Amino acid sequence: MEAIRQFGQYTLLLYQALRSVTEFSTYRNNLFAEFVKIGYQSIPIIMLTGVFTGAVLTLQTAYQLDTDLYPVTIVGSIVGQSIIIELAAVIGGLVLAGKVGARISTELGTMRVSEQIDALESMGFNSVTFLVVPRVLAGICMFPVLYITAATLGICGGVLAGAIDGILPPAQFMQGARQFFFPEDVVFGIVKSFVFGFVITSISCFKGYTAFGGAEGVGNATTQATVLSCIYVLLSDFVLAAILL
Amino acid sequence: MIEVQNLKKSFGDNLVWEDVSFSIDDGETTAIIGKSGTGKSVLLKHMNALMYPDSGSIKIDGECLFELSYSELRKTRQQFGILFQGGALFDSISTFENVAFPLRYFTDLKEEEIEHEVNEALRMVNLEAAGKKSTAELSGGMRKRVGLARAIILKPRYLLYDEPTSGLDPETSDEINDLILEMANTLDITSVVITHDMHSVLRIAEKVVFIDEQKLSWFGTLAEMKESDHPPLVDFITASEYQI
Ligand SMILES: Nc1ncnc2c1ncn2[C@@H]1O[C@H](COP(=O)(O)OP(=O)(O)OP(=O)(O)O)[C@@H](O)[C@H]1O
Ligand SMILES: [Mg+2]
Repeated sequence: MEAIRQFGQYTLLLYQALRSVTEFSTYRNNLFAEFVKIGYQSIPIIMLTGVFTGAVLTLQTAYQLDTDLYPVTIVGSIVGQSIIIELAAVIGGLVLAGKVGARISTELGTMRVSEQIDALESMGFNSVTFLVVPRVLAGICMFPVLYITAATLGICGGVLAGAIDGILPPAQFMQGARQFFFPEDVVFGIVKSFVFGFVITSISCFKGYTAFGGAEGVGNATTQATVLSCIYVLLSDFVLAAILL
Repeated sequence: MIEVQNLKKSFGDNLVWEDVSFSIDDGETTAIIGKSGTGKSVLLKHMNALMYPDSGSIKIDGECLFELSYSELRKTRQQFGILFQGGALFDSISTFENVAFPLRYFTDLKEEEIEHEVNEALRMVNLEAAGKKSTAELSGGMRKRVGLARAIILKPRYLLYDEPTSGLDPETSDEINDLILEMANTLDITSVVITHDMHSVLRIAEKVVFIDEQKLSWFGTLAEMKESDHPPLVDFITASEYQI
């Protein structure tokens, strides 16, 4: 029952956000600030995630495959394709569910319990336009950029690990990766990250916006926002794979 | 003119109050008093449709707040300034920008004009120097005064104050009381002041709304309040006289 009520509230909030998306001048400043916070400030953690995912995957693939049976370039193929289709988007998504999701829900939750949202409304602002719209829009726009960053760095990490560990030289890694590179995989990854950006920012906005009950309430909202974001990233990943692959 | 009629509000099974009816004439200063947790803040939020009641209505110049469309409501809300209990300053921007905030979005003033208006408002609350500070550097009393400067910047018709003097020393409380009187007289503002400080009620109020036992317990003028023998009201006033 509670879950249905919450879903109803969530849908209503998104509907309000959608209706006011045309009031660009209200949220312009906030949108640019969110581009920086969600996009630019996530680049270091995303680069780190990408490099290590690629590196570990390369070592593991080499360990699991017997390269006496397969050409050694297959390591590059497997690592490249896994990263582009799945890992850059999903691992990036989970990391950002923590980083971006927690920041948004804490920020909006604190604004709610300290009556800042009431203050906005009482001045005649539409607080949804002002707070929710720029965050969700920035998520939708920046997650694909972060995905591309993660994927590129992931392949770099794979190349590096392969070379350093003496598994295969960079040229062969790239040859293998190129053999099984399909542009539609990149499109698939971009679609995924786009959806994750929406899922994470909208859930976190909803949880923060509807927080109540002081510091504890904000804590609860943030916990729920990050947990739900992770769950729905994994769930939507599965649904997208079922539909698009 | 604000008319509150038969208002009732509950959160789930928890009734806050019912049978709340009173009216506020233009230019009047009304105090809402009652113990902590009796729903004074909730009542104030209804006056701006920040919360909706279970039943009943609040009419502003004859128009029911709760029946307005959202865009009409936003226009009506702009006639109000609210000082929230904790100031409700936006902590992501400076003190100056907090006060300038409504001007930037709702007027076409030039930068110098905004600066002039903001400094004027900060001067009214005796905080000329605080503009450059971040909101984190302000004390509780300063936050309230900045909140007040922000509430009056668009020259509202109605000012709603949620406990403007609670938690302040007597001297600062008096300054705030003076300020409320000054706003009411010089800017011709209709004020509603939530408080449990009888001292400020006696200073500023013309009418008094007393909320007790989940209903409107008593409503009348200040002179009537002094004469009243309504037991819960008498108890409330006696109890506060011994507050230090
Ligand atoms: N958003 C909310 N959700 C659920 N209950 C609420 C909410 N806001 C207030 N209440 C409840 O309504 C009642 C009245 O709260 P309110 O804050 O209006 O009291 P108050 O008279 O302003 O008290 P104080 O003088 O301490 O500020 C309390 O029991 C409170 O728990
Ligand atoms: Mg209160």
